[in-house]
Amino acid sequence: MTVESTAARKPRRSAGTKRTAAKKPPGSQPDLVQLLTPEGKRVENGEYDAYVADITPEELRGLYRDMVLTRRFDAEATSLQRQGELGLWASLLGQEAAQIGSGRATREDDYVFPTYREHGVAWCRGVDPANLLGMFRGVNNGGWDPNSNNFHLYTIVIGSQTLHATGYAMGIAKDGADSAVIAYFGDGASSQGDVAESFTFSAVYNAPVVFFCQNNQWAISEPTERQTRVPLYQRAQGYGFPGVRVDGNDVLACLAVTKWALERARRGEGPTLVEAYTYRMGAHTTSDDPTKYRADEERQAWEVKDPIQRMRTYLEDSNHADEGFFAELEAESEALGKRVREVVRAMPDPDHFAIFENVYADGHTLVDEERAQFAAYQASFADEGEGK
Amino acid sequence: MTAEKMALAKAINESLRTALDADPKVLIMGEDVGKLGGVFRVTDGLQKDFGEDRVIDTPLAESGIVGTAIGLALRGYRPVVEIQFDGFVFPAYDQIVTQLAKMHARALGKIKLPVVIRIPYGGGIGAVEHHSESPEALFAHVAGLKVVSPSNASDAYWMMQQAILSDDPVIFFEPKRRYWDKSEVNREAIPGPLHKARVVREGTDLTLAAYGPMVKVCQEAAAAAQEEGKSLEVVDLRSMSPIDFDSIQASVEKTRRLVVVHEAPVFLGTGAEIAARITERCFYHLEAPVLRVGGYHAPYPPARLEDEYLPGLDRVLDTVDRSLAY
Repeated sequence: MTVESTAARKPRRSAGTKRTAAKKPPGSQPDLVQLLTPEGKRVENGEYDAYVADITPEELRGLYRDMVLTRRFDAEATSLQRQGELGLWASLLGQEAAQIGSGRATREDDYVFPTYREHGVAWCRGVDPANLLGMFRGVNNGGWDPNSNNFHLYTIVIGSQTLHATGYAMGIAKDGADSAVIAYFGDGASSQGDVAESFTFSAVYNAPVVFFCQNNQWAISEPTERQTRVPLYQRAQGYGFPGVRVDGNDVLACLAVTKWALERARRGEGPTLVEAYTYRMGAHTTSDDPTKYRADEERQAWEVKDPIQRMRTYLEDSNHADEGFFAELEAESEALGKRVREVVRAMPDPDHFAIFENVYADGHTLVDEERAQFAAYQASFADEGEGK
Repeated sequence: MTAEKMALAKAINESLRTALDADPKVLIMGEDVGKLGGVFRVTDGLQKDFGEDRVIDTPLAESGIVGTAIGLALRGYRPVVEIQFDGFVFPAYDQIVTQLAKMHARALGKIKLPVVIRIPYGGGIGAVEHHSESPEALFAHVAGLKVVSPSNASDAYWMMQQAILSDDPVIFFEPKRRYWDKSEVNREAIPGPLHKARVVREGTDLTLAAYGPMVKVCQEAAAAAQEEGKSLEVVDLRSMSPIDFDSIQASVEKTRRLVVVHEAPVFLGTGAEIAARITERCFYHLEAPVLRVGGYHAPYPPARLEDEYLPGLDRVLDTVDRSLAY
């Protein structure tokens, strides 16, 4: 255990905004946009209420359903990794509100550039959860057509996709369309040059892109304090566009703030940085062990801010959902888990010749030559097997 | 008016102009490509004629240039980006290698990445550090990229057309010390495939294989050797990925000797690959081991030493003699 950091990082229950006050420079206390308190109470917000003013009880239940099912899917994938069915899994546990809120804010013609943890956003875009598992099972390196749901491939190199998002947004502007782009990345990626360059390019070209940073407090074992000396949302100011910090465990606030930012983009007002202040409840991926680098009290302090419980309390208190809804959802959730299990176990290994497929769109003589050599080599085994 | 004589840089300019005219999705991007027309003036006048929306001056950030070009390609555009000099490509190397090269395969072929990356490369112009390098092998080693280099104006014109039309990413190395060399360009000719090598001088005693700036050196070497009664064949590879081994093989089966010449360091370079493959393909034809002439395993030297570093006529002829002596 890292004693020093544990002491400095003692959690405070009052808000998720001031975990390490001693380390932060004065004047950096951020404004956290919140519409639902951790206790599930709806609080007014003059600026952002308008973006969820006409939301129906059905839509509210829908947000809750999305979060529950996404968590169930995620839990199933984590179990499947433990059972050896997946080589790796990057859990989103704790980040459901940030992903569902922002994901549901997007329009069908918008384009999403995710990192590798955006299972909830993929869900909102209608990507089959099974598609997300191929890469982690090792049967492909991406595995879906980005254009079928306007949801780009997961990007593993940290922050690279923010530039693709910016370029795509520049293209939208050139086309004269009013779509927008949303680029996801984490607090660790905020240290990457590509993220800084995407801020520069998007600002200079006034590109319709929303940068959605899920600050889940940890980049594997490195805390946010290792990435920045100022709150991340304040970075935007230096590039000339607005930055907002939103309670990332509040699905309503994430929905409202992202809608606001996407609408700005559509109006031609350029990029926005949204910092969703949240917490990664699990490991970075199934390969690391958070008990080695962070204190259990910190996790416990975030547990009471759980995005799903908070929404449930709100739905119950406001009589927007009854017992039947929750029971039905529970059954749906179990069915999803079962389906994911079955799909993963039935996922076939790819054809051997997939190695040579789609290396080039126009073809390449070296690939052709090596494919032929490989085929001859494979065929030599077949001959032996047939006892010829 | 079918053929006109023009400098290699002008041929690229004309080629870009043709592409911009033909397809509204073609974009030119890079540092200083607009008003200035590029530091070598290769994009001269294009912004004036096609506007700032098609010929885009970018912030000074190479990863940003390539990364946003990828995004534009995903949106259906065909960006042609300029990296100002060879040694400046490395900030963008990550985007090129980890993203651009692999995205088509990762998407199971569902998306295409028609991005051309123009890189003025090589030495011989007395430049300062990072302005004279030949990093082509670093790109040719990466699956998913095509790597080409023209050696004359005609190829520069046509290969650029083909690179822009290609649905694959193409790294287009422009031999900067040949920018001002003039040759005939026939805009109505039907060019051969982008990856095809070409015999630019016929010979019977030995094959010289080269590309980009070294083709001219090899042609001069062959002319000099002719005076000594040696007949050298010169093959212009044109493409480093893929490499047209069939054409080299055909030449070597005729001449039975091969010397590969490039500016890049010899160690693990394009010549090493050619030597290995041709040895395999022509083992019973070769009268001598395949020899290589190129740069040393040292940083590109200061300009006052580059004549020692770069393969010149004498080093090529010396290696030809070594081969013929076997």
